[in-house]
Amino acid sequence: MTTTVLGAALSSPADLIALKKKALQALESGCTRLVVCGGTGCTSNGSRQVLDALNAELAARGVPLVADLLEEHPDGAVRAGFGGCSGFCEVGPIVRVFPANFFYVRVRPEDAAAIVERTVLNGEPVEHLLFRDEATGERFATRDEIPFYREQAGVVLADCGVIEPEDIRQYIAHEGYRALASCLFGMTPEDVVREVTDAGLRGRGGGGFPTGRKWELTRRSEGSKKYIICNADEGDPGAFMDRSILEGNPHAVLEGMAIAGYAVGADEGYIYCRAEYPLAVQRLRVAIRQAEEARLLGERILGSTFDFRIHIKEGAGAFVCGEETALISSIEGRRGMPSPKPPFPAQSGLFGMPTVVNNVETLANVPRIILNGAGWFRSMGVPSSPGTKVFALTGDVVNTGLIEVPMGATLKDVVFKIGGGIRNGRKFKTVQIGGPSGGCLTEEHLDLPLDYDSLRSVGAMVGSGGLVVMDDSTCMVEVARFFMQFTQSESCGKCVLCREGTRRMLEILEKITSGRGTVDDVGLLEEVAIAVRDGSLCGLGKTAPNPVLSTLRYFRDEYLAHVVDGVCPAGACQAFRHYSIDPEKCKGCTLCAKKCPVGAISGELKQPHTIDPQTCVRCGVCLDVCRLGAVVA
Amino acid sequence: MTPTVIIDGMPVPVNGHRNLLELIRSSGVELPTFCYCSDLSVYGACRMCVVEVEGRGLQTACSTPPEDGMVVRTTTEATQRIRKMALELLLANHQGQCQTCDRNMRCRLQALADRLGVRHVRFEAPADRETQLDEGVALVRDPAKCILCGDCVRMCSEVQGIGVLDFAGRGSNVRVTPAFGRSIDEVECVYCGQCAAICPTGAITVRSAIDEVWKAIHDPARTVVVQIAPAVRAALAQHYGIAGGEHALGKTVTALRRIGFDRVFDTSFAADLTTVEEGAEFLRRRASGGPFPMFTSCCPAWVKYAEQFQPDLLGQLSTCRSPQQMFGALARKHLPADMGIRPEDLYVVSVMPCSAKKFEAARPEFAQDGRPDVDAVLTTQELIRMIDQAGLKPAELPAGSLDLPFGFKTGAGILFGASGGVAEAVLRLLAGGKGRVEFREVRGLNGLKEAELELDGRPVRVGVVSGLGNARALLEEIRAGLKTFDLVEVMACPGGCVGGAGQPWPADTGTRRERAEMLYDCDAVQPLHNAADNPFVSECLERIGGSDGHAAHNLLHTGYRPRRRIDGQVIELDEKPVAARVPVSVCIGTNCYLRGSYDTLKRLMEAARGEGLEEAFDFQATFCFENCKASPNVRVGEEIHGGVTPEAADEFFRSQLLPLADGRSCAAARE
Repeated sequence: MTTTVLGAALSSPADLIALKKKALQALESGCTRLVVCGGTGCTSNGSRQVLDALNAELAARGVPLVADLLEEHPDGAVRAGFGGCSGFCEVGPIVRVFPANFFYVRVRPEDAAAIVERTVLNGEPVEHLLFRDEATGERFATRDEIPFYREQAGVVLADCGVIEPEDIRQYIAHEGYRALASCLFGMTPEDVVREVTDAGLRGRGGGGFPTGRKWELTRRSEGSKKYIICNADEGDPGAFMDRSILEGNPHAVLEGMAIAGYAVGADEGYIYCRAEYPLAVQRLRVAIRQAEEARLLGERILGSTFDFRIHIKEGAGAFVCGEETALISSIEGRRGMPSPKPPFPAQSGLFGMPTVVNNVETLANVPRIILNGAGWFRSMGVPSSPGTKVFALTGDVVNTGLIEVPMGATLKDVVFKIGGGIRNGRKFKTVQIGGPSGGCLTEEHLDLPLDYDSLRSVGAMVGSGGLVVMDDSTCMVEVARFFMQFTQSESCGKCVLCREGTRRMLEILEKITSGRGTVDDVGLLEEVAIAVRDGSLCGLGKTAPNPVLSTLRYFRDEYLAHVVDGVCPAGACQAFRHYSIDPEKCKGCTLCAKKCPVGAISGELKQPHTIDPQTCVRCGVCLDVCRLGAVVA
Repeated sequence: MTPTVIIDGMPVPVNGHRNLLELIRSSGVELPTFCYCSDLSVYGACRMCVVEVEGRGLQTACSTPPEDGMVVRTTTEATQRIRKMALELLLANHQGQCQTCDRNMRCRLQALADRLGVRHVRFEAPADRETQLDEGVALVRDPAKCILCGDCVRMCSEVQGIGVLDFAGRGSNVRVTPAFGRSIDEVECVYCGQCAAICPTGAITVRSAIDEVWKAIHDPARTVVVQIAPAVRAALAQHYGIAGGEHALGKTVTALRRIGFDRVFDTSFAADLTTVEEGAEFLRRRASGGPFPMFTSCCPAWVKYAEQFQPDLLGQLSTCRSPQQMFGALARKHLPADMGIRPEDLYVVSVMPCSAKKFEAARPEFAQDGRPDVDAVLTTQELIRMIDQAGLKPAELPAGSLDLPFGFKTGAGILFGASGGVAEAVLRLLAGGKGRVEFREVRGLNGLKEAELELDGRPVRVGVVSGLGNARALLEEIRAGLKTFDLVEVMACPGGCVGGAGQPWPADTGTRRERAEMLYDCDAVQPLHNAADNPFVSECLERIGGSDGHAAHNLLHTGYRPRRRIDGQVIELDEKPVAARVPVSVCIGTNCYLRGSYDTLKRLMEAARGEGLEEAFDFQATFCFENCKASPNVRVGEEIHGGVTPEAADEFFRSQLLPLADGRSCAAARE
């Protein structure tokens, strides 16, 4: 992988434009490019070996390799390198071929020979590596034809998987840092704030607070120093949009931070990134170093009078550190616990100075807004929530992965068009949106536009953009319990209602799912949930009861079925299951009796066995091991 | 127009109040809170002070600055619901046993639950609560009673600048604990006890000596004498509603006699003695050129603090024992003969406003042949409790007089109970004269006070600081050359001993001020005001051969030594360390670990193995050497070497360790 950087610093916007032209030409017309996904998902699936195999095969076949894009290279030369995440992690490792735009899925090192032979040398796609629609059997040669991508929009993820994130010149070729140059040499800080305000960009980390307003408040605050913080403490289970942006296009975030710095008068920034994202941290380090060498960060950026430095602070993975005051506390070296607002970070943030805290995705939108204008941004999405949103689509859908859609796309589009519908022919039941702080959406919300205000009106939230689709085998009490367990163990423990309230809600939910709940418990659960929502100190606490409140709102019947009728309607809660053995089918093989951990199964060899319901702990092992289907749940 | 907030329909002028909570309280509504204290930062965790602000919804009053025109409602359906739920949740997780709790009837959790009408708890008692008592020499922590309001944490770090306690864990596992989960006696706690004073429940209390004192009193073989510290009388006067500290003390003397104490003395006498000794020491230093500033040594929390955090200043601490320990030493020396009893039958009790005095009395240097000079230290609260246990009502008792010779004091001795008192007593001594010379500059509750006196044509510059956080700041200024003093009085508790952790609740600023003023009134009514004029002090000094004599040195003075902040713990890497081996300890505490000490250790061990010298060294991984700035640290023998990074490890081995291995182990290696 290249870490080659520019020979000389860029000392004016003209230098940047000259480099852009050169880099773009090299990127688009110079050679065949094989971009292997270097995101966490694909590297875990062996994409590094794929890249190595490709390079080895190319060398073995005598194909000239391009070590450095900007160097002279012969015709027919090939560049193979790591790109960022294309979002469709489920079918990784992904290899993309440019300029042909082929999209290869589930590539193994053994496929290198075919790729070189057919694609590199003959310009044809490798048929068996193309994405195949399981339902129709149809194969698609290019990314944009694939149904998963057809309904998507590309703003912040557009360059992920296309450029190599560890080569700043490829970002520059794709208009990188041109927005920063426009700000420094053509706009006043007020202009920049106005453009972002006019664009209607809202915080993508969950709250949806207008970014322009945040910047304006910080710009107006008095302070001998100001800071920009990029909140990369992505903690929702299953959400990885920020990680993918940082891994796939780190410079977009750095540029967004520098623009924010210019807009509010800050000369220093911190990226607070969780230490569990080592690849993102590594890519950021490389990106910062290259940007500093190019004088796109550091002192006198592009020869202007604007200075901006960026530091990385690795967090230890506490969910609550995504809350801005806790995050600030953690950067300052203190325990990550939220503090009451006011004062807001815009007034008194990091080290007591006015501070902007923006999420990764928010910042990645900024250069595009400056480049293309507020009007362009507003042309996407809905009036109250312009632009696009990246969601992590997961759960019981056919296609899972990162998706970017215009704000206001309907749930139906996301689940059925992009997601390809529910797996295994089951029925759609609900979507948990916004992670553990979010809420659930049901069939009645399929036409609901996914934007900040619509979601809030039905008791859910965009949150950081986790979208977990669940089919009809899901128990909603169990879903609430699952998320409550997460929030309880991630509560910082500072305020009484969150610390004690989440513990008690979890306790009651466990009681209900284990079959010991009463009607009074459901009432108490709701009472605690409302108090925690109304009375907690920070956003984590205020939203912690959302899974409980929204499941109670839409699935109260399921709660009552557990506590009144003694059944789990979805059949998911083990405690409500009754296992028995069909004497017609049982051949007395004794396998279930041997595997039963509590010795609840008895019977003679070759005679039908029986389960003692008093002893049975409903673990389900007998059901799993019986080869004859004799165990009935 | 003055800014005004509408509180429950009533306009209330803001009047400079910093937050809604104080403003609401000023308007006659006792808004509940656990975590708001005017001396500490706003924390906003207990949620009890939640109010409804028009246009903003529910807000905690403590964290909301008042704004003109704000409309606030304090008691609404929502605020009541949230307060009650918060209380019910706290109670569910609180190990009840109110009746046997040290804070029974004085507990804010109990009081608020009663006031707000929480009549049942609908949650199950959790099984996973930490229940281990941490019983230290002066303080007792009971985590099962902790409601995690964080008052102690902020008190210790913000006011005292130490940070003994902090939060650890997450979710329902959050707890307040000393570093590494150690016991309070194994860490840097100075026992000022301000954490216990501010704790709303019984989670941190001062260790009680009541039972052992009763036992001594009931033992017919024992003769029990008691000394009462200056600040105690003011708190007694407040508690019993008796006008005047000396009057309250007199009535308490009667109570103590009826309880069975054989002699009742006044620590103010020993304070006069301390003043005389300290004044003499100061003049000796002045004659010999220093070192300056000289620091007072009456406060045991300050002494421990200096030993731990300011070891280079220990030579500047006055060698005078505190009044409690001067009294103890003199009582042991003279009272058995004076009273005609066997020395071992004398039982010495002190009544102190302080928790750290319990630690001081237990210091090994204040014991002879294993018997401490002071057998037991009671706090003011414990004294009140003993009086209650005996059913006595001091307010209704006649005033008794203190016993001689240790019951006679000048007004200067009484001043010791307030911040600035020691300094004023010494200043009076140095200034000379019979009248009551007042040094008002050193009075009051300011963290730092300064005064100057002209003596023999040269100024004596006196600094007075209370609260260890203030002390630390002052020391930094002195070190930086921004301030110059000849004498500095340090008291660990804000306001001095009147605000000590042994005093009755509450420990707020108004109470402290009132107590201090009462002590100044006591001084005013004394016939003598200069410690040098105390005839019994002079007599006492003559009896032990004068201030400069050997006996005075042994009885009235002491020494200090640097003290580790955290007890070390060693992880043995070899199963059987051999005595002949060179001990090499590598710190793997947080700071050193982060700078690679673990790799340093591995490399050193590899280097030894490479040289065939693994038998020559005894490698150990240890915790903090308190030399974190130079981390990673390696101790070889007694010497600590800093900066031994993994990269520097090989060179360090060659230059520092290899020479130590010398012939013996090389020989072993050859075999």
